[in-house]
Amino acid sequence: MEEKLIKDYSSPGRTAYSLPELDVEKRDLNSELGGYLREDLDLPEVSEVDVVRHYTALSELNYGVDSGIYPLGSCTMKYNPKRNEKLARIPGLSYLHPYQDEDQVQGSLEILYDLKLDLAEISEMDEITLQPASGAHGEFTSLMIVRRYFEARDENRKNVIVPDSAHGTNPATAKMAGYNVIEIASNQRGMVDLAALKEAVDENTAALMLTNPNTLGIFEEDILKITEIVHEVGALVYYDGANMNAIMGYAKPGDMDFDLMHFNLHKTFSTPHGGGGPGSGPVGVKDFLAPYLPKPLLKKGKDKYYWDYERENSITKVHSFYGNYGVMLRAWAYIKTVGGSGLKKTTENAVLNANYLKARLREEFELPYAEESLHEFVLSGSRQKEKGVSTLHIAKRLLDYDQYAPTIYFPLVVKEAIMIEPTETENIATLNRFVETLLKISREIKEDPELVKNAPHNTSVRRLDETQAARNPDLRW
Amino acid sequence: MDYISNTAAEQDEMLKEIGVKAVEELFAMIPEEISLDCELDVEAGISEMELMDLAKEAAAKNKSLEEMTSFLGAGAYDHYVPSIIDHLISRSEFYTAYTPYQAELSQGTLEAMYEYQSMIAELTGMGIANASMLDGGSAAAEAVTMASRISRKKKVILTETIHPAYKEVIKCYGKGHQLEFLELKSNSEIMDPAVIKENIDQETGVLVVQYPNFFGSLEKMEEIAKIKKEHKKLIFVVIANPVLLGLLKAPAEFGADIVVGEGQGLGNGLNYGGPYLGFMACKDERIMLRQLPGRIVGKTTDVDGKEGFVLTMQTREQHIRREKATSNICTNEALNALMATIYLATMGKKGLAEVAEQSYHKAHYLAEKIDQLADFEVSNKENFFHEFLVKSSKDIKEIKAKLLEEDIIAGYDLDKAGKKGLLVCVTEKISKADMDNFVEKLEVL
Ligand SMILES: Cc1ncc(COP(=O)(O)O)c(C=O)c1O
Repeated sequence: MEEKLIKDYSSPGRTAYSLPELDVEKRDLNSELGGYLREDLDLPEVSEVDVVRHYTALSELNYGVDSGIYPLGSCTMKYNPKRNEKLARIPGLSYLHPYQDEDQVQGSLEILYDLKLDLAEISEMDEITLQPASGAHGEFTSLMIVRRYFEARDENRKNVIVPDSAHGTNPATAKMAGYNVIEIASNQRGMVDLAALKEAVDENTAALMLTNPNTLGIFEEDILKITEIVHEVGALVYYDGANMNAIMGYAKPGDMDFDLMHFNLHKTFSTPHGGGGPGSGPVGVKDFLAPYLPKPLLKKGKDKYYWDYERENSITKVHSFYGNYGVMLRAWAYIKTVGGSGLKKTTENAVLNANYLKARLREEFELPYAEESLHEFVLSGSRQKEKGVSTLHIAKRLLDYDQYAPTIYFPLVVKEAIMIEPTETENIATLNRFVETLLKISREIKEDPELVKNAPHNTSVRRLDETQAARNPDLRW
Repeated sequence: MDYISNTAAEQDEMLKEIGVKAVEELFAMIPEEISLDCELDVEAGISEMELMDLAKEAAAKNKSLEEMTSFLGAGAYDHYVPSIIDHLISRSEFYTAYTPYQAELSQGTLEAMYEYQSMIAELTGMGIANASMLDGGSAAAEAVTMASRISRKKKVILTETIHPAYKEVIKCYGKGHQLEFLELKSNSEIMDPAVIKENIDQETGVLVVQYPNFFGSLEKMEEIAKIKKEHKKLIFVVIANPVLLGLLKAPAEFGADIVVGEGQGLGNGLNYGGPYLGFMACKDERIMLRQLPGRIVGKTTDVDGKEGFVLTMQTREQHIRREKATSNICTNEALNALMATIYLATMGKKGLAEVAEQSYHKAHYLAEKIDQLADFEVSNKENFFHEFLVKSSKDIKEIKAKLLEEDIIAGYDLDKAGKKGLLVCVTEKISKADMDNFVEKLEVL
């Protein structure tokens, strides 16, 4: 490996920490804790400089949005504003214990309440919980709300419908909430097939989980018919908010007759993805579902904000405390900064950037769905595959040109899928460079396919053996 | 202020390339009935200076722990956080990246996660650990559902001494899996192992114990370990405090099959409850590994034989297995796990033990002092670690309110958890002077 493990910097007796001298009497641990005392703890013995150099070296082996384009479809890798980082670290906002009295945290609760109001306005939902800590967590919260709703009505519905283009978290969530998953195929235009949906719904249907625009970036033009079909059998319609960056200011899930939804603050509202997390996945619901939201629910009283724990119909809790507060602060700062018209401009430019890329790439790469798309689009590497070079190779070759790869092999409805979401924060020069690189790779495939198949060549490590990793798991030192 | 860098001219150029005249045309497919015909009712954007003023105004309405001495714990702990952590995680190659799907350009995140898994495994004594869960409560819940899948039994025994919020999260997740919960009562701050023993039957698949428990007490782990030994098929889940594992015996030594908990104390600030990280470790057995939720990083080699790291064992995960996945978790708490990693590296072998030790000595110093006061009694003085339960003939709410006037948060009022008393926590950050002052104020109440 390029940089050795932190433990390999160890030298017995070396330390990196500093603590004040113990200022109370030392007790006899052996006699008091006896059988509870551990004998050995094999953690690194390194200096502070070792730690700093090591993790700096590791950071240099990484690539983030600040390094360049990060066109992961469905992930909305937009720029993460630095002022939000500064704001979230203000001690008066961050050095707070979750069990402090409400009186001591009114400033923070006001911010959270303000965030709730803005999310409700953006989505046309009536009530919001901020508790879920990720998108999938928001999905789970939502489906538990669906469950609770039917329980309260003494109905025992067993099925949740999920289109085949859905993100993997959707079916996984339905299962975790105790439902059978009914998958329905998309039609030839990449949208929900109304006939298939009608066929699938019945009095056993609890909900439809839908992303709109869907994972192909295509807006479901029959959306009102879809929600109507589901509502007709008494089922609920859930909106996966991963793609809010495509519609903010142009349309609202509530107006499309969705009953509940989740937001991804780490996508739409610019909070950093942190190498995989943390995120935040607030859930919005229409009034009739509000009683089931997790507790505590943030409320505004006559003269103060408070956490309402008296919620007998609540699904109870999905998180130990109130969710990822630090992420909420950043999302709030983002909304305050760009404002209502900024959000709309954001949407416009996200869609403009995506359509520009699509226009420039659709000749060279197969575009399996010709429908108009919004903030992302999906190409297929099938033409290149005919030359023996797969989408995976194309992705790896992009890394050689110091650009991150799009999402690949998702959605599952597209063979050799290349799912591209540039986001609004990229400028035309960056987009052009990305296009030219992809076109160049396509040329390379024709002229020297082995070059692409053996990519990456310039990264700190080359193609890693995933099969070996799974077959002989080496998961720790 | 927005974050868009294309000029109007550039936008026009792009529109031309696309073949439309105005950007609104790109939204033409949105049916008219649902197309917004007015602006969002969200306030107009503001500059950085105005934003910071707003934030400071809000901060001024708060009272942070900077201005007080806090004896609050109950699942979120105010341990010392070395300065280098924030500096290192602020390297934007770390925090502006996402899940390392392209391993070759994400070796920094991957290697750090491998180190995290290694150190969590070491702390808990378990064979393997995953790359983080959403928080302590949800990690506990997913451990329980995982355990029930492994044991193939639906009955789960919870102990009353587990954090009440965790119990709620566990039961919420349990609903989806049709789990059946038996919550064992306790008449002290620890569970009577005999009660555990007599309640385990053929149907019991999972036993959950917290170590130290919600009241700061150490359960009779050796006796529980014996019970576990007698029930080979029972999956034993331990919710542990990872900081205290610097000094305490690893749960593995008491027969734990899965160890989970809140990792916040490992170098993560309080942040009013999140973002924190859940950690999860289990025995290194195929059946366990196959059922483990979450991301896992593994070491492998590249085409040139050079060592490197990848996400592995992905056939458990939602993006591959969809409804057959072991969990729906996708985004996790990677940056918080990185903080925990840097913390563990910095504190190291000696430092972590010293944090736990200092917390222990100080907490016992304070408990003895409080116990000597006329109207107060420490009810778990026999078996607590760094958090203890104070009972008083006086009204707890009043005590808390009076002390707040002195800028002291006396602890967690157990009333919220349906019990009587005050849960007092001491970490290495509390000085003797802080404690003497606290006792003095209690005395003159
Ligand atoms: C469409 C869609 N739904 C749900 C999710 C899950 O979100 P999270 O990763 O925050 O759990 C994603 C994440 O990539 C997604 O793209």
